[in-house]
Amino acid sequence: MTNSIAELEGADVLLVTGSNTTETHPQIGRNIITAVDHGAKLIVIDPRKTDIAKEAHIHLALRPGTDIALINAMMRIILDENLADDLFISMRTENFIALRDYLHRLDLDELATITGINRTTIHEAACLYARSSKSVICYCLGVTQHTCGTDNVQAVANLAMLTGNVEKKHSGVDPLRGQNNVQGACDMAALPAVLSGYQNLADIDVRNRFLAVWGREVPKAPGLSLTEMTHAGINGTIKAMFIMGENPVLSDPHLNRVENTLKHLPFLAVSDIFLTETAKLAHVVFPAASFAEKSGTVTNSERRVQLCHQAIPPIRNCKPDSEIIMQLGRRLNCPGMDFDTEAEIMEEISLLTPIYGGMHYDRLAKNWGLQWPCWNRDHPGTKFLHKYYFARGKGCFTITEHQEPYENPEKKYPFTLVTGRGSYHHYHTATMTRKSRRLLREYPEALLEINKEDSDKLNLRDGETVELASRRGTVHIKTKITDRVQPGTVFSSFHFFEVPINLLTLDAMDPKSKCPELKICSVNLRKVKHD
Amino acid sequence: MPDIMTICNYCGCGCGVYLRVEQNRVVGSYPSKNHPISRGNLCSKGWHLHEFIHSAERLTEPLLRKDGELRPVSWDEALDYTASALTETKEKFGTNAIGVLASAKCTNEENYLLQKLTRIGLGTNNIDHCARL
Repeated sequence: MTNSIAELEGADVLLVTGSNTTETHPQIGRNIITAVDHGAKLIVIDPRKTDIAKEAHIHLALRPGTDIALINAMMRIILDENLADDLFISMRTENFIALRDYLHRLDLDELATITGINRTTIHEAACLYARSSKSVICYCLGVTQHTCGTDNVQAVANLAMLTGNVEKKHSGVDPLRGQNNVQGACDMAALPAVLSGYQNLADIDVRNRFLAVWGREVPKAPGLSLTEMTHAGINGTIKAMFIMGENPVLSDPHLNRVENTLKHLPFLAVSDIFLTETAKLAHVVFPAASFAEKSGTVTNSERRVQLCHQAIPPIRNCKPDSEIIMQLGRRLNCPGMDFDTEAEIMEEISLLTPIYGGMHYDRLAKNWGLQWPCWNRDHPGTKFLHKYYFARGKGCFTITEHQEPYENPEKKYPFTLVTGRGSYHHYHTATMTRKSRRLLREYPEALLEINKEDSDKLNLRDGETVELASRRGTVHIKTKITDRVQPGTVFSSFHFFEVPINLLTLDAMDPKSKCPELKICSVNLRKVKHD
Repeated sequence: MPDIMTICNYCGCGCGVYLRVEQNRVVGSYPSKNHPISRGNLCSKGWHLHEFIHSAERLTEPLLRKDGELRPVSWDEALDYTASALTETKEKFGTNAIGVLASAKCTNEENYLLQKLTRIGLGTNNIDHCARL
């Protein structure tokens, strides 16, 4: 997030796109609802009528996969209505003329048809967003999990820059991070092509600094991404894997391929707190300590690095992952694998990572954590980003064009399946939430959301089990008739291993971010005949 | 024992949560009143945060596959086996034949150590995690 979470309450207009905020980020949802209570206007872009969409003043229920067309239309309207922030554009951005010329060539009626939303509604939303100087955009995986995910994000950035809604308190572009420490895992360079704090792997100065501290040279060639590793098949280049606290066999797209890859690996080691679907395929399984049994820091969506304190010793024979990694590292003769405390590890992180430069345990304990960039011991941390300058200097407008999803509905697979987290009560592959009796009671099984118009056509009752099939696989799932989804679209979560919905999803991915198109694939629904 | 302040283990909001501990068991979770995110409030997942910690399904012993089945072994055996399997892979197929997945559920320190081990211990940049899922 470029903003802090608390700033959302002070915004005048909130544009939420591709995020089921109240269910997946309840506290951020709460901030948004409070802002609305204080008189802010809420625009929600989502094909589904989620709870947050019901609160919206304008709900843009677009056809899945048409975000770029919608945002281009909004930008064209903003230009036509003279609502662009000319001063911001000339001072802080470049390449505006190219974008302007491109937008002027577009036909608004055509864009409206692509999105399935009428022109007046788009017009209303565009003007509402552009007229306020405290407009904030929150987006989540509904924007990124497309074959055009990077362009979707670029379109969102264009919209914010066009109206100058970035550099200030209460206005910015806020990607909401899904997991408690997905931000931190990225910051720490659990990524194939950067070093910690997003430092350039190829930069000679950066490499020398790491060499001086680590005592060994970092390999030059960028590595493979997750999907490239888990979807390589039997003949892939990866022959051995170590997986810490992840469950790709349930969370990744096109599961048959993942399972096939992992099952045929000559060696697989997994470290986890439960025997997950992935751990079941491993040769070695390490019992890891849970979050309550270890200390350390995690970084939330607003870049806040916070301390977690150990509550109990590791249960039975479990060990914290840090201990497992260091013991393994020593066996592999890896230098620098002998830290006594987490605070010591953080000292090395802050030494090598400029944006974490001032993150020391004593400071983190005194404040409610600190938000990066925090350059040194005296730096107070950063509440919102991009004041005065962007990371690259000037913000660059990049033209984005609508492209159709990888799969479109057709005769054999007439429905569009959207997947995501489906419930307030469950989390991701539900390895943790399903262990809670009460959470399971609230939402005990997988459900397929389907519109009444479609269920009537197929003669389905509420709660009836149907066969759901894509080109890649088939599952059986109970229906839930609801107006949350549009006719022609169905929705299901990936929480339940009994209904591994990712057997159906696509592993076609965005060429730049390698993010798979989990949000759209074409499926068919069939009544299951009971004997 | 006083209640222990930690950060919720679920989504990216990062709520401040207190864990109530009785006789080395976490028996409850409740929100921090002054924490800037939670401000005295949690979602249903947060209120039930402690419930999976002592689940009977927790893994408690290292497991090693012998004759096709995962069997409990000592830490030393599991770690030695892993180290030699990784070394063997490196020698036979090269460093880039090893892939590592880190975790958005683990701490910064753990992710840092794992990428360090991958880069200079195993000699490859093949490290990623589920940021895109």
